[in-house]
Amino acid sequence: MKRNKNSWVDKVPPWAWLVQSFLAAMVVWTIMSIVPRTARAFPNVVVTIEGLLEMVERGVFWQDLSSSLISVGAGYALGFAIALPVAILMAWYIPVRNIINPWIQFIRNIPPLAYVPLIVICAGVGRPAQVTTITIACFLIMCVTIYQGVVNVDETLIKAARVLGAKDRDIFVRVIAPATLPFILTAIRLGASVALTTLIAAESTGAVAGLGMRIRSLNNTFDSAPMLAYVIIIGIIGMLVEKIIRFLEKKLTGWQETIN
Amino acid sequence: MSTVNEMSGAPVKVHINNVVKTFNGRNGEMVALNGVSLDIHENEFICVVGPSGCGKSTLLNIIAGLLEPTSGEVYCDGKLVTGTGTDRGVVFQQYALFPWLTVKKNVRFALEMRGIKGQEADDLAMKYLEKVDLVKFADHYPKELSGGMKQRVAIARAYAADPQVLLMDEPFGALDAQTRTQLQSELLETWEKDRKTCFFITHDVDEAIILAQKVIVMSARPGRIKEIVDIDIPYPRDQETKMSPRFLELKNQIWSLVYQEYLEVRK
Repeated sequence: MKRNKNSWVDKVPPWAWLVQSFLAAMVVWTIMSIVPRTARAFPNVVVTIEGLLEMVERGVFWQDLSSSLISVGAGYALGFAIALPVAILMAWYIPVRNIINPWIQFIRNIPPLAYVPLIVICAGVGRPAQVTTITIACFLIMCVTIYQGVVNVDETLIKAARVLGAKDRDIFVRVIAPATLPFILTAIRLGASVALTTLIAAESTGAVAGLGMRIRSLNNTFDSAPMLAYVIIIGIIGMLVEKIIRFLEKKLTGWQETIN
Repeated sequence: MSTVNEMSGAPVKVHINNVVKTFNGRNGEMVALNGVSLDIHENEFICVVGPSGCGKSTLLNIIAGLLEPTSGEVYCDGKLVTGTGTDRGVVFQQYALFPWLTVKKNVRFALEMRGIKGQEADDLAMKYLEKVDLVKFADHYPKELSGGMKQRVAIARAYAADPQVLLMDEPFGALDAQTRTQLQSELLETWEKDRKTCFFITHDVDEAIILAQKVIVMSARPGRIKEIVDIDIPYPRDQETKMSPRFLELKNQIWSLVYQEYLEVRK
């Protein structure tokens, strides 16, 4: 798309665009709260905030939030801790790759919601099942991403290090690790998003608290104001996490060649 | 293996003895090198030319210890080559700089592998960067440099490893003509000073003649040494040398040898 370089579009700073985008969303939201067909699901801003405050007063909100964050955090961290060594083993040892890769590709295409009941049968209801579900989902996406990174390390860089006298250990620590870092950070970002999206499935396992669990229970009473507030909060958490990781990516992998 | 060559008088630095290399490809076995024997003498500058796929890069990789010969062997300073070693430095066509390290740290990498650390490594790195005139860019990342500058960093890094032999695999092949001649002149100047043993691969006949004492013409696959042409143009040489009658004579001679092989490839 071609347009005039000095048009007004270029003169608006990014933060101003963000404010406008936010205001536009508010307008759309308000319209939806008036249109009869959508009004029941989308109460207006004031009612939604009131709904949230009510949950805070009842003492469930912070409980839900911390419960969800613990499950997401634990599952995410575990998933990463397993994905990193498995991805490296897959990249280095062809037998490991040829056996494990098809499993990953197979499971990756099954929605977590489908296999949650199997996990509940094994791990019982509650925290262990939630963490397990998120761990599996995070592991799959992070393992695939990190594996791609390790496999795609430029062979010439390893050769260059070797002719300069680098031993296997040097090559791992000083070539393969930094060369893979961009992929690891991408894996961390994708994993965070998967962890959140898997939350609802994870909390369908008979959780006593949690953002996903609360949305389901509020759904039973058609209490849409707090429900909508909860949905928005999940979105905000996702966006914040993504922003933080993007910032880290910029800081840590600014050396990358960018194609533009 | 430190036999003295009667012609040059210098001891043999690298002795290549009947090296054969075959690869197993989809279409069966492919012979890349078919019995290559060659002595590289100390302080010698050798250029290898030949059509693409003649195995010249394979030969360099075998000398570097990055590839194992199917049969035959390579000796460096009388020791059998069984893998990479810091006695043989390599400059790659694709620069192979570590993109996450600054220019200075790329050079430092080579020094650290030699066990040089701290302030001493910093000072030495700057000294090597001075040689390639890149002191000002010490704290830049490779992505901020042009191709010619990147290759100068790679050359500084190869020198920092302090190798006995410098193996260069079409180092200027990816550069534009102007940058290429500039880097040729710089390399010539450096070599005329330190006479570091150099094994240089190129497909550019002009480049081979301007740099080398000996040009090795390789035949099309399977790669063999077709002819060794002595370049009897005295040093110091510069880009003007390319206008001299002797240069043109040699260029004609080598070019026709290479051309026959190109025709061979096209068959």
